[in-house]
Amino acid sequence: MLTKLSPTLKTFMTLGYGFLYLPILTLIIFSFNSSRQVTVWQGFSTKWYRSLLQDEVLIKSAWVSLQVATFSASAAVVFGTLAAVVLVRLGRFKGRSFFGILTTAPLVMPEVITGLALLLLFVGLEQIIGWPKGRGILTITIAHITLCMTYVTILVRGRLSDMDRSLEEAALDLGARPLKVFMAITLPLISPALISGWLLAFALSLDDLVIASFVAGPGSSTLPMVIFSSIRFGISPQINALATIIITGVAIGVMVAGWLIHRKKY
Amino acid sequence: MAQKQKRIELQPWQDPKAKPYIHLEGVSKEFRGTLAVDDVTLSIFQGEFFSLLGPSGCGKTTILRMLAGLEMPTTGKIYIDGVDVTHRPAYDRPVNMMFQSYALFPHMTVEQNVAFGLKQERIPKLEIQERVKQALKLVQMDKLGTRQPHQLSGGQRQRVALARSLVKRPKLLLLDEPLAALDKRLREQTQFELVSIQEEVGITFILVTHDQEEAMTMSSRLGIMDHGRMRQIGTPNEIYEYPHSEYVADFIGSINKFEGRVVEDETDHILVESEEAGCELYVSHSADVPVGSQVKVAIRPEKIMIAMTPPEQKRNATKGIVKDIGYLGDVSIYHVELKSGKIVLATQPNIVRLAERPVTWDDQVYLFWRAENSIVLTA
Amino acid sequence: MNKVLRKVQSSFTSPFWAIIVPYGWLLLFFLIPFLIVLKISFSDLKLGLPPYSPLTEWVEQGVLVIKLNFTNYSFIGTDALYLFTYLDSLIIAIIGTLGCLCIGYPMAYGIAKTDPPLRIVLLMMVILPFWTSFLLRVYAWIGILSPHGFLNTALIKIGLITTPLTLIDTTFATILGIIYCYLPFMILPLFASLEKIDHSLVEAAYDLGARPFQAFLRVIWPLSMPGVIAGSMLVLIPAVGEFVIPELLGGSQTLMIGKVIWNEFFTNRDWPVASALAVLMLIFLIIPIAIFQRLQERQVRFLDAD
Repeated sequence: MLTKLSPTLKTFMTLGYGFLYLPILTLIIFSFNSSRQVTVWQGFSTKWYRSLLQDEVLIKSAWVSLQVATFSASAAVVFGTLAAVVLVRLGRFKGRSFFGILTTAPLVMPEVITGLALLLLFVGLEQIIGWPKGRGILTITIAHITLCMTYVTILVRGRLSDMDRSLEEAALDLGARPLKVFMAITLPLISPALISGWLLAFALSLDDLVIASFVAGPGSSTLPMVIFSSIRFGISPQINALATIIITGVAIGVMVAGWLIHRKKY
Repeated sequence: MAQKQKRIELQPWQDPKAKPYIHLEGVSKEFRGTLAVDDVTLSIFQGEFFSLLGPSGCGKTTILRMLAGLEMPTTGKIYIDGVDVTHRPAYDRPVNMMFQSYALFPHMTVEQNVAFGLKQERIPKLEIQERVKQALKLVQMDKLGTRQPHQLSGGQRQRVALARSLVKRPKLLLLDEPLAALDKRLREQTQFELVSIQEEVGITFILVTHDQEEAMTMSSRLGIMDHGRMRQIGTPNEIYEYPHSEYVADFIGSINKFEGRVVEDETDHILVESEEAGCELYVSHSADVPVGSQVKVAIRPEKIMIAMTPPEQKRNATKGIVKDIGYLGDVSIYHVELKSGKIVLATQPNIVRLAERPVTWDDQVYLFWRAENSIVLTA
Repeated sequence: MNKVLRKVQSSFTSPFWAIIVPYGWLLLFFLIPFLIVLKISFSDLKLGLPPYSPLTEWVEQGVLVIKLNFTNYSFIGTDALYLFTYLDSLIIAIIGTLGCLCIGYPMAYGIAKTDPPLRIVLLMMVILPFWTSFLLRVYAWIGILSPHGFLNTALIKIGLITTPLTLIDTTFATILGIIYCYLPFMILPLFASLEKIDHSLVEAAYDLGARPFQAFLRVIWPLSMPGVIAGSMLVLIPAVGEFVIPELLGGSQTLMIGKVIWNEFFTNRDWPVASALAVLMLIFLIIPIAIFQRLQERQVRFLDAD
């Protein structure tokens, strides 16, 4: 195990993981602080969690975020999987490499640019065809689908390329039509990538501040937007409590997903 | 007379009236500008065990995939049982394939794997169960039906794959290097099992392999391929004893070749003068070669006899120095250098034990063979 | 005849729609928006919504006239502040990337050298922060770096300093934030390429007389280059356009282009200038993005093996 590593490397890795986790740890510890002063410990309390439950703005925005994340993750999985199947299985077609570039580009595009560009598109579309009417949950969802499907495409593409192609050919050979082959063979075999793709898309959507800020309208603030406007004015234990809930939720989610995916032997 | 009749039944390719079951007519396949299969015409008869043999990249697998419907030929036609299936997709052909990787669906049990093909035909559940059971029994896997593929050994997977492709009772079963993933012992054992299963079910088999031994032991006939072309089709015996070309002669087993010039061309024999061999070569069957032309005469190592004293015959007899002896247990291979510098291989069964063998390194030996055992290679 | 029928038939089955749906989506919601940004960067500021004048106009006799207006660009060009902002963004992002590389490489190397059961745990521990809220991870640093934050409190307690250091609202804090937030993006591709290196290559180098450091420099480092480049691009490109980190940790003294675009857009409501800034930033980033894309394509093409 770790014995192979030199002491220097071991020390370094310990420091590295400390660097990654200490800040998160401080967030969690001080969410249970009874003092309003975040950095001074005054005793254990769960009052910030209770006050969180009474914050209507926060809860409403969390609801918006969950709706957007659920819907955009699901759509991103469908579109991203289609894109990956096209790239891996359909062979050469005109514009394939352009399509390949298009599917990975949102990954590296600075969010400020993507957000601005999408907003200008929505404004322009509304002017020309009258859709989408105003901006809100719909426009945020569209923006998030675009961003998230890239990640899904990359994950599914990797899984598809690793998959033994003769499995699909065998199914064809045994008399299954292409659509049936996809449903009965391909889909179950890439399901781990679909699960992790959905989760990743969900997390990304839930986490996005910049793009949502551009394309959101009045009354459709997402959770990160509300958090952002409150921490702009400094730290508050209530946000710490919220952070603890989110981090715990994500950690459990990732671990369950990891267990689900690794449980399958193939 | 009765005997002859029987022979034709067993060897339908010798009967000009027999109708081929599988027929490829001038089939070519092009992949991005290169011809993987080049104008192949081939007839295979019902119940045959036919092998396609050749080095990797010779186009044999492509032919198999075109028969399965996984590739479409660029030109040419494919008939199965008289029906043109050239453009039929894989799922619409009475053909099943056993893949090199076995391609067992990892998310299904052995039984589900075998039942998959039957389910596509919408066969009643009870019948599916019955047929799956039968198929698994045939390959002796009936006890492991509920296992998942990753819980099986290589040999067991191979059996499941075979059962899965047989259970649909196809008109034609294609096997893509079915034994390549098995170790040598298991492979030899499985070869015979495959043949007996084929005889039992009576389905026409086409096997693709690069292993000549495998092709020789299992097939009724085989086709030797090279660079997309069919070089020779024949029974294992024909291919081994009467190769048409140097390529086929070299591909199957090892063979000694002597270059020479034809001096006599009669109906019952030809005579070749060869400096390389150091003697006149007399071949007791004619080939269409005019006097004066350059040819190669070939002789298999096991057909050469070795003696310490000169043989009576003057033709097909030469001498040389033993340079090396390869001991293989059952036989030994003698590397004999002739005066011309040519190394000739001669195989002798080890009837006596090694220590008592009369011929040893640096001995001068005489090599000779019977006129009917050598062949003239024209291509 | 049959052939035609089959063609018509096949055009209605999945492959056609499988291409059209994702392709169309990306064209409409990713490519076209950039063309609009480009277009609006050439138009005038106008009061009202949307706050820009249309680029095309139908003048008398129905002639379509396209007015290209370079004022936004010349405005940006004449104001040295914008130029410095671009340069600062680039410098901050580069320092942040190098920081990620210095911390990430040994970590990725260590993970790759660890055996599977523990390796998966270590890898998961790198991925986990990447899944948790970006915003909240930046927020954590406010608590650490602020004048009465953990770091200053600790340093005063030890007696190293007597008055709190100014840590928050500095360029240093911004760089620290970038390193912290983007570290997983660096480690993961590095790990992927380090994991692939056959250990016998290193052994062969030892066998041929290389000392450990030489073996690293001549064998491991060059072979991990794809990971180094991919990781660096994955950090550098978004870091240049970063908004949240400089906004929360950088204070008013740190000007980064993402923040400036945000302010032009939301505070000044000058959409044309914001668009022009975005176009310039894209031009800035086109080389790193192209490098990343090529690397990505090569890797994936190798995977697809079609």
